[in-house]
Amino acid sequence: MFEKLMNIDRRIIFVLVAVVVIIPTLIPIRLPTRVAEPTQKLYDYIDELPPGSTIIMAFDYGPSSLAEPEPMAKAVLQHCFNKDVRVIGITLYANMPTLADKLMQKIATENGAVYGEDYTFLGYRPGALQVILGMGTNIAGVFETDYHGTAIAEIPMMENITNYDQIDLLLDLAAGSSTEAWIIYANTRYNLKIAAGVTGVIIAQMYPYLQTNQLVGFMPGYLGATEYEKLLNAPGDGTIGLNTASFVHLLIIGLVALGNIAFFIQRRREE
Amino acid sequence: MEVLGIWIAAFLTLCIFSFLYRDNPFYRFAEHLFIGLSVGYSIVVTIHQGFIPLAWEPLSEGVNALQSELTSEGTPETKEALSGLFKIIPIGIGLLFFARLSPRHTWLIRYPIAILIGFTAGAAIPNVLQASIFEQTYGTLTPFAAMHAGSLSTGDIVGAILITIGLICTLVYFFFSVEHQGPVGWLSKVGIAFLMIGFGAAFGNTVMGRVALLIHRVGFLINDWLGSIF
Repeated sequence: MFEKLMNIDRRIIFVLVAVVVIIPTLIPIRLPTRVAEPTQKLYDYIDELPPGSTIIMAFDYGPSSLAEPEPMAKAVLQHCFNKDVRVIGITLYANMPTLADKLMQKIATENGAVYGEDYTFLGYRPGALQVILGMGTNIAGVFETDYHGTAIAEIPMMENITNYDQIDLLLDLAAGSSTEAWIIYANTRYNLKIAAGVTGVIIAQMYPYLQTNQLVGFMPGYLGATEYEKLLNAPGDGTIGLNTASFVHLLIIGLVALGNIAFFIQRRREE
Repeated sequence: MEVLGIWIAAFLTLCIFSFLYRDNPFYRFAEHLFIGLSVGYSIVVTIHQGFIPLAWEPLSEGVNALQSELTSEGTPETKEALSGLFKIIPIGIGLLFFARLSPRHTWLIRYPIAILIGFTAGAAIPNVLQASIFEQTYGTLTPFAAMHAGSLSTGDIVGAILITIGLICTLVYFFFSVEHQGPVGWLSKVGIAFLMIGFGAAFGNTVMGRVALLIHRVGFLINDWLGSIF
């Protein structure tokens, strides 16, 4: 029996995972969640910003990794628009501008935010390091126009914004190493406050920066999005995703435990 | 149009998922299409959002301004636009990358590479040292000052001690100038244990991230695609 278990066809595991994903998607189940410190710190920081403050939201992920950062972007944009905090969108990823622009437009429309007054999207410029350092000196020197071709000088909300000195926070929604680049160059050199919303793959790398206050706060994967949605009292994609993910995690934990038990029993028998 | 987009996306998602059964032409078609599209899209965006606004437009405005100045039709605006001519320097240096295409002139590529490495290293070294070494060392030691002042909870004290033990033992593991025997060997073994816990946490988070991608696609298939049919 244990020999069979050790040589199980991987496709059976795929079917099990598919079943565990499909059932909670069809029949949503709401599991209890508790807000952890990293997300609470980010929420509190944005919540305490006075109306008229400005944050930069960097959409540093791609279409292939948007599952986790997108719910975070929706939640934070909703929070900012409701608090009259202005948002400047940018991206360091060449294949992201269209998706980021559409997302900002969608959330703005839902919350009655006006383009150019409450938010703007500057788009993409190549060379991450040059963009991060250049914006510290002069944002208009890097982005002379927004994504739609309007000159920065003609955008009302950009009237009094020259560089990072007028920015209250940069939130990096990341699927790669961009958050570290923002910390190393924008925070260390220009004292810009940095927060992050990251995919599961890079969560572990973020905690040291949180401990040293180089990060104001951060949202770890689906969990972070769910926690932020809970703080806003507006369950969304993050909450749905995390509930489903919890069942898959239970299955994976069960399979890992079963595989280890079978391995050790088989090894003992061979001895 | 939106429905057509949903159908194409659903078809390509199923093509990619078909690899879970075994490799097949549908999977390879979707994979090649994805790579081709994303590279093509990135090139177009880079030209439109990078090359044209940062290089082409200032340079062509500078050339036009120079022509106006030479024909005595200059204005304060044209004088300002003349600064665009300086773009010829970075553009020229950047074009040297294409020297690679000519075997006789390949040596010219050394100059843009040298400038790039020099700039990146110059920008990175002080900032990386500050952000990754000094700040992190400070962050490791600060809790002990708070501990001394009595302003740290029991949980935070345990956490601070664990972090310090982990830091020292992991550094000992990577110190190869001394043979890992006796006390050094024990410390390095503790370091390995901390490394394993770190890798385990990273792997667990990676699994979580990959599961999130699956959930997102299944959610799309059920809600958007099947939802548009039934």
